[in-house]
Amino acid sequence: MSVIPDGYSGLLLVVKKDCNTCQLIETAIAELQQSRALSVISQDDPQFPAGVRDLKDDRELELSYRLNIETVPTLITCEDGVEQERLVGWLRDDWRRLTGIPSLGEYLPQFSPGCGSRTVEPGMPEKLAYRFGDTILQARRIELAEMEDVHELMFERGWSDGLPLVPPSEDRVLRMLSGTSRAPDEIVGVIPPDQVPCTVEKVAINAVMAGCKPEYLPVVLAAVEAACLDEFCMHGLLATTFFSGPIIIVNGPIIDEIGMNWSTNALGQGNRANSTIGRALQLVIRNVGGGKPGGVDRAALGQPGKIGFCFPEREHDSYWESLAVERGFRREQSTVTLFAGDGVHGIADQKSREPTSLTRSLAMTLRTVKHGKIFGASSALLIVTPEHMRVFREAGWNKARFREELDKYLTLDGAELIRGASGIAEGMPEPYAGRRLTKFAPDGLLIVHTGGSAGMWSALIGGWTATGAKGSSPVTVVIKS
Amino acid sequence: MTNVLDPTGELQPAQREQLPRVPNLVGKTVGLLDISKPRGDVFLDRLEKHLGDGGVAVRRYQKPTFTRIAPADLKFQIARECDVVIEALAD
Repeated sequence: MSVIPDGYSGLLLVVKKDCNTCQLIETAIAELQQSRALSVISQDDPQFPAGVRDLKDDRELELSYRLNIETVPTLITCEDGVEQERLVGWLRDDWRRLTGIPSLGEYLPQFSPGCGSRTVEPGMPEKLAYRFGDTILQARRIELAEMEDVHELMFERGWSDGLPLVPPSEDRVLRMLSGTSRAPDEIVGVIPPDQVPCTVEKVAINAVMAGCKPEYLPVVLAAVEAACLDEFCMHGLLATTFFSGPIIIVNGPIIDEIGMNWSTNALGQGNRANSTIGRALQLVIRNVGGGKPGGVDRAALGQPGKIGFCFPEREHDSYWESLAVERGFRREQSTVTLFAGDGVHGIADQKSREPTSLTRSLAMTLRTVKHGKIFGASSALLIVTPEHMRVFREAGWNKARFREELDKYLTLDGAELIRGASGIAEGMPEPYAGRRLTKFAPDGLLIVHTGGSAGMWSALIGGWTATGAKGSSPVTVVIKS
Repeated sequence: MTNVLDPTGELQPAQREQLPRVPNLVGKTVGLLDISKPRGDVFLDRLEKHLGDGGVAVRRYQKPTFTRIAPADLKFQIARECDVVIEALAD
């Protein structure tokens, strides 16, 4: 819809009373309408400016929105219904040139800057885009009765993971969508267990509820995309009786762009991006996919990380290449890697000052993933903190060397591992007795550097019992803007 | 007035009538589906023997892995070849 009437030749002026410059030029406006066709659009007061013959009340801001006004006053010249030129603020010489009135504003200062248009007040662009714009949201609207509490409604409808949610109002969802250039109706993936095609808009709604900021949305979208890849096997991961859930590791420049925490308490509470991105993914699975505990989620115990588990790598001072670089991506690319894992198991070693000792120490705990006697197809995420990393840096061990040495201590005789060995019924099947077995599947151990600079601890996150082609493999996806 | 947007998949499942139950297995073919969980085969071997002793025709099927939903082709094949299917979960 065009705001400029068909065939209109003359001036359009957008003002608001709550602007010193607009008040200052009131006399010039009166002068203007003596000699030119003038239509004034007033954003906040239909009596201002006084004495204007063609004054349009734009308190609803539709005209200002459609004219894309960011500053008042804005003066627009029109010829035959088409905009020719616009001026922002008061610049006496330019106004004189544009209006053709050489004496305009004789007693006014040469220059006075304008004020922000009401259309750019906080939250207003989204509201106006929703009311008057072209963005069409497809999701069903749910209207609340006057006395209804929106927070209780969200719990009652089963949308919550047990914690409060941010209500996904239309303006919040539109603001969330401003975080991506992807179209709201683009399909991101098919969400298990109900196999529902999920749009960018549905992800944005759940990201609002999780507490995300719009700049986190590209990370959430990449995580949803990754979770839907067949290799990741989100369906089985949801359905398992084991502890596991999707864990998101973020790499690349986006970590600092959105203010993620790779330092003290990196895996813990307190950082909005870390805490809400993982939660958004879980809410998508819950709400879009229909995956709920006690339904298809059959976990015997679960673990607190299933509310959401997301953290970044500490890249800037790592001695080793990052997880993403190791997996074939460039350092300047931002990525998410999804790993099907459990809770955090701390590893204490405050004595090792040389790398062999520390490697043996870490291997001792890594052996226990799933079970100390189950070898060959395990997966795990090893998180090395800066103080442990220092031991390897000082010895000049790169990541490949560490992996090689670690494998030595995680390769054992099958005879020690078979069922019944050490008086334990669990273990490897009998035929493995004469063989040497390595703990992890190829590509089964992910290694990430993160955390605060004090504390000679590392952490083990055990992988899901079903790995590789029979279950889940880690997946990495590039974050699109 | 507050409005919120629906975060769910907005599924509207089609209502389907349950197929009539078979009164007995005489002359029927029973499919036994192993979902590839450990010891599912032990359970299904026993069932197969039991059904076979009663003169019931049995066909065996297996999902590639218990962690993923059954491939569409497999579901189609079972529906085409059997009157009844028994799916084994085990560990």
